[in-house]
Amino acid sequence: MHIPDGYLSPQTAGGLWALMVPVWYAAGYKVKKTLSARQAPLVAIAAAFSFVIMMFNLPLPGGTTGHAVGGTIIAIIIGPWAAVIAISVSLTIQALFFGDGGILALGANCFNIGFVLPVTGYYTYRLLSRGAAEDSPRRWFAAGIGAYVGLNLAALITAVEFGLQGDLFKAADGSALYSPYGLSTAIPAMMIPHMAVVGVIEAVMTSLIFVFLLRNNPSLLHSYDGIRAAATGRLQLKPLLIGMALLLVCVPLGLLATGSAWGEWGAEEIQADVGYVPQGMDRYLGRWSGILPDYAFPAAEEADTGEEPAGAVSLEGVKESVPGYMVSGVVGLALVGGLAWFSTRLLTRRSRKKEQLD
Amino acid sequence: MTEDAALPDWLTGHGRKRSRDWTPGDSRRQSAIAGTLLGLSRLVRDSVFSEKIASRPGLLQNLDPRIKLVGMLSLLVTVSLLRNWYLILPLYGFTLVMAAASRISLKLYIRRVWLFVPIFTAIIVFPSLFNVVRPGDPLWVIRDFGHQVTLGPWSLGTSLAITYQGVKGAVLLILRVVTSVSLGVLLALTTRWADLLKSLRVFHIPRVFVLILSMTYRYIFLLLAMAEDIFTARTSRMVGPSSPREDRRFIASSMGTLLGKSHAFSDEVYGAMVSRGYNGEPVISHSFRTRPADWFWLASVTLAIAIIIGGDRLLG
Repeated sequence: MHIPDGYLSPQTAGGLWALMVPVWYAAGYKVKKTLSARQAPLVAIAAAFSFVIMMFNLPLPGGTTGHAVGGTIIAIIIGPWAAVIAISVSLTIQALFFGDGGILALGANCFNIGFVLPVTGYYTYRLLSRGAAEDSPRRWFAAGIGAYVGLNLAALITAVEFGLQGDLFKAADGSALYSPYGLSTAIPAMMIPHMAVVGVIEAVMTSLIFVFLLRNNPSLLHSYDGIRAAATGRLQLKPLLIGMALLLVCVPLGLLATGSAWGEWGAEEIQADVGYVPQGMDRYLGRWSGILPDYAFPAAEEADTGEEPAGAVSLEGVKESVPGYMVSGVVGLALVGGLAWFSTRLLTRRSRKKEQLD
Repeated sequence: MTEDAALPDWLTGHGRKRSRDWTPGDSRRQSAIAGTLLGLSRLVRDSVFSEKIASRPGLLQNLDPRIKLVGMLSLLVTVSLLRNWYLILPLYGFTLVMAAASRISLKLYIRRVWLFVPIFTAIIVFPSLFNVVRPGDPLWVIRDFGHQVTLGPWSLGTSLAITYQGVKGAVLLILRVVTSVSLGVLLALTTRWADLLKSLRVFHIPRVFVLILSMTYRYIFLLLAMAEDIFTARTSRMVGPSSPREDRRFIASSMGTLLGKSHAFSDEVYGAMVSRGYNGEPVISHSFRTRPADWFWLASVTLAIAIIIGGDRLLG
């Protein structure tokens, strides 16, 4: 699932970097609050473990071998947020030193394997094992299902990232600029082997490790409960994450609305409504059209400028512009989030310095 | 390969034949455990080897790691922005020149780059050459059916052909991947790992992350040695072949053991750090100093990037 460089457009890779920065910040905050100074050695050794576990070959039926990621079992033991940092660190070392996964694509790889996988895996495990007795088989079963769900969701998101390249980034003659397959090819091509084989390996290995630890080292499976109980001051991230996801899902709704937002008219609209364009306005219009004009990618836009009369909505048009619009939403959200975080940090740092001076 | 001469045989894998004798039984059954052992030793070999090249004098080795990182990343971004395949070629040539100037054996460098990712890419991209998968203008018609062919719900069109767009896209993707991998390998081969991680501070990556990264890199080798011990201990006690089911169970329990060991180990490391005065605020010390040659290199890289991107935009 490690995406090498060259498969993703810089827009996608950059967008996922921007998305990962607030995630790392939040994870770092959580881990610092729960583990304080202990975080460095624990996370570092968990990262080294995640690196080594990816090198273990497993015998598969038919004489071939495969490898597991181990994200879910790490999240169960050190907690999902510490796991996000540990797996990201391990992916960074793989990309920088061993050429496994691209350097520009590192943001994407950390998002898929380092964030989506352990967090979904962990919460699925928690959901399914809620209220289960200490030695109930439901617990190791839940760990396996969590690993399966987490891995396949990560694979699905990877497939969507690949598929967007084929659908959105084309040269003028229609040839692919990055990964050549669209969503309709990339999703089945990724999901069939992951659901049938890779996810099963991950689930079986996670359950086997879980059972082994249950028998030989049960305290390890509770170490995160202890950390959570001892945590001081908690940052509530769940409502924020759910809210962000809901808003993102609603993004394409905007495509159904016609006309411009109040006060955001273009020159033609003002001409039509008022009868003339104010001189000062005319001078500045069109100077800056934005990085993603009309919230779409250049390629998608070319396809879009058909003979449609302005303001009409065709289902085809909406379908075509949804991915571009979504990605714009993600990029925008990430940029705004990043800026907000950055400015808060600047402000709090200044006030902290002041406090020290006083 | 003169570079290998300084490394002992057991590390380079030349004496690897012996490992086959460790587990009796058919070779297929051995592959999981022996393959893992081989992978572990190959990783150690590669990194020892990288450190050797990185500590030799050469063009890239002499650059300030921060300048080198910024320059290499700018080149990577450039490679990902270009829309014409023939403009990526001079950049690939540039990596070869830099490798030669850094006294890296070209044969070895090219093999390391081409061996895995580009071949994998070629396999992935192969189906997209055909009009059945990705429509386009036919370049070479392999077979004309003369009528509409359908396979279940899919319509395959009237002919099977390799398309112009497919070939163009494939060449572009492979060149992009090769050049990106080349740049990454060049950065890793010519920079000592401790310097590379410290230079990440240029991007204002928090100190604690840099500390975690360098601790991780160190402990990878410790955990690898632990894993190797577990595997060797097992294979040296085996008399007959083991079933894949048994192997799976064994591998899972060694992962569990490793997990428990490393967790306990992190406690000890923390204790050791605290007793040496660690209070949660790491200090990263370095003695990087830029020289005129560094800035000259960065300026020439920037100029090359500007020319190539300008050319790309002109050609459309």
